[in-house]
Amino acid sequence: MHRFLLAVLRRDLTLAARRRGDWLIAQFFFVMVASLFPLGVGPEPEMLARIGPGVLWVAATLASLLSLSRLFADDHHDGSLEHMVLSPEPTVLLVLGKSIAHWLIYGIPVLLIAPVLGIQFNLSWDAILVLELSLLLGTPILSLLGGVGAALTLGLRGGGVLLTLLILPLYVPALIFGAGAVDGVMTGTGAEAHLSLLGAFMMLSLMIAPWIAAAALRVSLE
Amino acid sequence: MNLYTYASPANFYHLAGKLIPWFAWGAGLLTVWGLYISFFLAPTDFQQSEAYRIIFIHVPAAWMSMFIYLVMAFWGAIGLAFNTRLSFMMARALAPTGALFTFIALWTGALWGKPMWGAWWVWDARLTSELILLFLYVGIIALWAAIDDVKRGDRAGSLLTLIGAINVPIIYFSVKWWNTLHQGSSINLTKAPSMAAIMLQGMLVMAIAAWLYTIAVALVRVRRIILERERQTDWAKAILEAE
Amino acid sequence: MEWASWSDFWHMAGYGLYVWGSYAVTAACILVEVILLKRAGTDTRRRLKRMQQWEEQ
Repeated sequence: MHRFLLAVLRRDLTLAARRRGDWLIAQFFFVMVASLFPLGVGPEPEMLARIGPGVLWVAATLASLLSLSRLFADDHHDGSLEHMVLSPEPTVLLVLGKSIAHWLIYGIPVLLIAPVLGIQFNLSWDAILVLELSLLLGTPILSLLGGVGAALTLGLRGGGVLLTLLILPLYVPALIFGAGAVDGVMTGTGAEAHLSLLGAFMMLSLMIAPWIAAAALRVSLE
Repeated sequence: MNLYTYASPANFYHLAGKLIPWFAWGAGLLTVWGLYISFFLAPTDFQQSEAYRIIFIHVPAAWMSMFIYLVMAFWGAIGLAFNTRLSFMMARALAPTGALFTFIALWTGALWGKPMWGAWWVWDARLTSELILLFLYVGIIALWAAIDDVKRGDRAGSLLTLIGAINVPIIYFSVKWWNTLHQGSSINLTKAPSMAAIMLQGMLVMAIAAWLYTIAVALVRVRRIILERERQTDWAKAILEAE
Repeated sequence: MEWASWSDFWHMAGYGLYVWGSYAVTAACILVEVILLKRAGTDTRRRLKRMQQWEEQ
């Protein structure tokens, strides 16, 4: 079982390493969306610090969507996805492996870039630390729930836009707890409650989302 | 004759045809009665004057929007678990009416909010959750519209409804949490005006009317879906020829 | 009776726009849904009938 999970992980990471442009696009998108906000609302440091956590979190959710539409699509095109689903290995592990791979390719770079953007938004070091923690707990949720959306919209016309429509409402709790944690540390109310709720939401997503995504994948391939 | 007889689309088609007028007339009569209570029996509220009369549609619409979503999730779960075609059709037949009630709840909420809190829209926990519920409905309907294959569409839509249903309480909780933290920028509406018994009665009558209306409309819709999917069968051909 | 006259009734103590705006839009929504449902029903039946006749030929 573990071997299958690791095999899926290694395969997806190897493929991603060959196509570096693909996942770099999502990261540039993250930087660009975040950089447009100061141009839109003005450069006052106090205001930027005020809206920073929310803006960075929204930008991170949008960037996750950009790469999710291709989570299963490439394997679906060359037919290997069907083989993997029909193989005796449980589909849940396939979905879980692909979600983890997505998080490693998308989530880790976001974690690395976020502090730089945090400095641009005039966040304090405490706030940046909590932002990192909230993204560490929160971005896996985006990859896991996104897996459900990617499985449901597999092979549909305009699947990418549809995926956005389906998944964004489900992201709401992650956004609220994630951005709220940073807000909490900035306003002095503390971030612990937010972070524990975010962690609980992540555990719940980890337990439920792969099963639903596996069922959705089987439905889409029938 | 047992309950399972009606799980067959052909029998259900005929049963629904017989039931629709009852539900439709029931909805119509109860609406008249409910409106009479709302406008002629319920007294003027001492705090909100006459503007409060909007609750007689706002609250039932909000109730229905959430209730219909739960019923859709229920039918979807039944369909996925027992592979009953009719349950998927019911889920599909309910979605547009659910979205409609969600829109009505939002619209009346805005029109109630303007005179009461001076703004068309406040980011109150309940209004915000209702807005996200509308997004969920739109997503489900869009997914159904995008999938041509009936079997795949049924199951995909039901899976999305289910994950949404698991998420709805969390969304509601998170929005409420978010709302209490941002007291300064928004107004908290959780304190309902003290309600006279007659007002509650008007709301209940209107809610039952909305419920009967939903059943009637969903049955009409499900009959159309049944006919479309069963068009190759003899009984469906006979019905089409007779009309 | 709550209302002294019909104009009182429509005026709703100054909140007429909000109260009647709510009820009018709700009524319009339900009316549109019923009309669309009726039309979709006849359209589907007509289409299925045509398909059936076409298959029989």
